Amino acid sequence: MTTIEAPEKVTTNHPKTKRLSPLLYVVPAAILILALTYTLPPFRNYQLATVGAYLCVTAGLTILTGLNGQLSLGHGALMATGAYTLALMQNRFNVLALGILAAVLVTTVAGGVIGLAAARLRGPYLAGLTLAVAVVVPSIASTFDETFNSDQGLTVALEPPPDAVTVEQWQAWVCWAGALVTVLVLAYLARGRFGRDMKAVRDDETAAKLAGIGVARTQVLAFVVSAACAGLAGALFAVLAQSVSPGAFPLTLSLFLVMAVVIGGLGRLSGALIGAVLLVALPEIAHSIAEDAGSQRLEGNLALTFFGVVLVAVMLAAPGGLASLRWKRNKQKGRT
Amino acid sequence: MDRFLYLTFDGLSRGAVYAAFALALVLIWRAARIVNFAQGAMAVATAYAGYSVTNATGSYWLGFIVAIVGGLVLGALVERVVMRFVDHSSPLNGVVVALGLVLIIQGVLGMIYGNEFRPAPAPFSRDAFQFGGVALLSRYDLFVFAAVGAVVVLLTLLFTRTPTGLRMRAAAFAPDVSRLLGVPVSGMLTLGWALAAAVGSLAGMLVVPTELGLHPNAMDLLFISAFTAAVLGGLDSPVGAVVGGLVVGLLLTYVSGYLGATVAPMAVLILLVVVLLGRPDGLFSRAKARTA
Amino acid sequence: MRRTAIVLTAVLLAAGCSSNGNGNSSSGSSDTPGVTDTEITVGTHMPLTGPAAAGYSKIAPATKAYFDYVNSKGGINGRKITYKIMDDGYNPANTQQVVRQLVLQDKVFAILNGLGTPTHTGVLDFLKTNRVPDLFVASGSRSWNQPDKYPGTFGFNPDYTVEGKVLGTYVKETYPGKKICFLGQDDDFGRDSLAGIEKILGPVTAKQSYVTSNPNVGPQIGALKAAACDVVMLATIPGFTALSIGTAAKIGYKPQFVVSNVGSDPTTLTKTLGAAAPLLEGVVAANYLPLATDDANPWIQLYKKINTDFNSNAEFDNNVVYGMSVGYLFVQSLQAAGKDLTRDNLIAAVEKGGFTGPGLVPVRFSAKDHSGYGGEQLTKLTGGKATYFGTPYQTDDGDGAVAAYTGSAVAPPQDGIPTAQ
Repeated sequence: MTTIEAPEKVTTNHPKTKRLSPLLYVVPAAILILALTYTLPPFRNYQLATVGAYLCVTAGLTILTGLNGQLSLGHGALMATGAYTLALMQNRFNVLALGILAAVLVTTVAGGVIGLAAARLRGPYLAGLTLAVAVVVPSIASTFDETFNSDQGLTVALEPPPDAVTVEQWQAWVCWAGALVTVLVLAYLARGRFGRDMKAVRDDETAAKLAGIGVARTQVLAFVVSAACAGLAGALFAVLAQSVSPGAFPLTLSLFLVMAVVIGGLGRLSGALIGAVLLVALPEIAHSIAEDAGSQRLEGNLALTFFGVVLVAVMLAAPGGLASLRWKRNKQKGRT
Repeated sequence: MDRFLYLTFDGLSRGAVYAAFALALVLIWRAARIVNFAQGAMAVATAYAGYSVTNATGSYWLGFIVAIVGGLVLGALVERVVMRFVDHSSPLNGVVVALGLVLIIQGVLGMIYGNEFRPAPAPFSRDAFQFGGVALLSRYDLFVFAAVGAVVVLLTLLFTRTPTGLRMRAAAFAPDVSRLLGVPVSGMLTLGWALAAAVGSLAGMLVVPTELGLHPNAMDLLFISAFTAAVLGGLDSPVGAVVGGLVVGLLLTYVSGYLGATVAPMAVLILLVVVLLGRPDGLFSRAKARTA
Repeated sequence: MRRTAIVLTAVLLAAGCSSNGNGNSSSGSSDTPGVTDTEITVGTHMPLTGPAAAGYSKIAPATKAYFDYVNSKGGINGRKITYKIMDDGYNPANTQQVVRQLVLQDKVFAILNGLGTPTHTGVLDFLKTNRVPDLFVASGSRSWNQPDKYPGTFGFNPDYTVEGKVLGTYVKETYPGKKICFLGQDDDFGRDSLAGIEKILGPVTAKQSYVTSNPNVGPQIGALKAAACDVVMLATIPGFTALSIGTAAKIGYKPQFVVSNVGSDPTTLTKTLGAAAPLLEGVVAANYLPLATDDANPWIQLYKKINTDFNSNAEFDNNVVYGMSVGYLFVQSLQAAGKDLTRDNLIAAVEKGGFTGPGLVPVRFSAKDHSGYGGEQLTKLTGGKATYFGTPYQTDDGDGAVAAYTGSAVAPPQDGIPTAQ
């Protein structure tokens, strides 16, 4: 990959980071999270857990959009699929591991179906289709209200954690276990042949085809992988909220996910982490600003505007996202 | 039978509104080869401006004009200030920036006007004419049809009969060649955005009185229907957009009427999937070689 | 990746430490969270933004205004009330987040008047686990009345079934032999309401439902017209009440509309219908609090004064009345709980019940019953204004009879602050 790039890019330390084994940052991260859960107060632990749940889906989207060039505005709906599956499984069997597994499997199948359609679509068509998927969740929940209980949704039965740990701590463990496994798997996938195929398809479909890469197969596979991640995230959200309802997966969630991935940095898993943190931190920052200003109208709206401005600014100034800023700076230094 | 007739006319009057919105999407596709996902939010913004003027002056038509002119200005502004600087090497970038604009516009509108539904009066009576006990169309529906028809005629004339229209299409299809041939590509792009946003504003003004009222999120759901309509019509054809809009309107109403209101959004999704997979270039596509 | 992670960790740790510090300093001498010798901190979750915020966003500021008024008179037992309002945008996932922030980080004493069925349902278990009093939930779901399962949760609104029975009784008495039909939201609101109506009337002639994501009720209203319904009962939110009435007029259909309290606020409806507002003439609805337009009512006079002085003169409508009435009931509960304020004391005081205040009928609170107001009185819209007629009715959500309430209205105390009973 580096050989075909312009000479100035070779001077960055890009290749070196590539060779770093994902285990080298996942294992320390796991230890760090574990340590954090013992030092943070309960609410921060809950936020930490939320970041973990978001990281699952943003990491998956990073692979799909960043590496494979497919834009999905419908991952909120896929998360809902995972969340509802978990809720239904929990209320029947009450075995968390089984519920999460089922959530991932069901969402993978759903992702496969959408992915098959998606592989035949490009750019705006794909965006429009997935957007329609995102808004259909409440409609499905109301039509089959005997299963999904329409707008009110389902509560999720959960075994309380052992006495030694708080609920929030336990939630943080579950979510981050999911997130780190996701990141690990995705990192290996991206480094391997699948990752190269995805990038080849993104950069030039015709060339990829000539090189013997199955374009449609790669695209469907990328969608399925990211859907599985969304399903896991959805299941984790159901665990966090102990309830599932269509209102928790609105269109704005799907949009926010795209924001997070783009702002964080397309194609970089560290960008997915930045995005996940922003999704949790920005609304809270906006809330405290609004509270200080004493204005009701600022609430929520400020966060929206903030997201929008940051997104547009990042797209104009650094299309690679925040995670790419460092590279970009180096690159410019090299040029001047 | 009465029920079918009633639903048909209800669907047509909804469809006319979708058609207006789809036209705006088609226009910008023709001018810039992008789907403007911020179209709905931009239309809401200008509708707010229009109704503010209407409330202040008491004249619907003054507000109407302000909204349309506001659309022209906002469209040109968005193109000149934001879209121009987007890296269009991937169609993804334009979509993402448009989504960012949606958030900004909705957030700012919420801050200025609050998240209340604001009433939006219609300029004509919405009471339908009755025929044999069946309610058909209202004066307002006729106004919507007339407005949509006028836009289609004007757009067709613009694109087929005027040099400006031809230049716009050329600039969109092959910017580099057009530039060599002396077409002011960047000016054409701005013009396209301005016109599309103005048509979007018109659509917004037509839609708002038929729904819950003015709200920062008022067009979110409508966008899906309009997008489906535009895709159904091939994204490139004004007439296709109108037919697409009417089909979507009828489908929604029939499904609501015969199967239940909850099913309707799913029906739109299914229609979209069928069209995209069956005839990705829409029912009215002429050119085939352009998709790559 | 690793560098990013380290930076983020540092940020998180710093945030954690700082909030730890805050938490310790604010909990003060008392063992009860959110209560010090000089302050009581209470929180709520409300939709302030998003499509569901219309109307509702005015409730919490009104409650806060009432608390500010009480604080200006010295507070309750020397404690001033701080009301933390959190926006959840009617998104249950956000509700989780903000309620945890209120309970775990801001350490509120109680959650008051959290709004919405889907949103609040999700936090019931969390509040129960943390033993946080969950008072006067703002929705008419029957879920709040489960004293065995959720001992700390209490409702406020009459539940939808109670309301359905009251409205059904009116229709049965006023329109005998007519065709009665129903249009409701496709969730527990519509379902519970219909259940109450059918308990009184038996099966209705035709029933239709709508979903908020599809703002066209043409097909439904058309079906009701085709069924030749004389009376249409609506379990709709305000926007859809206006849409339904407007659509009916559009197709030349003029039945008698009987509307749930949820979707009948005249100010909102008049605004939404704009020029078509005369269509509202004669619409029957129900309420259980003084009406905002009833200037002769001493409660309204009190609330208007507070609204001017402490709510920056917000437009005075039924949402403001609702918010202040919630505040009044909460202050009554605090008074009843006494000087030694603990969470258990507060819940015991609410369960003891016996509060009289702005409501037309008493709240039903007891150890066995955690539902809110137990009845409503009918209103009729004339000239853009609702006025009460008849007498208030009381009933339960089961098979209990619908009976006229004969108790007399209570005037507010001299200074507008309830005293300890």
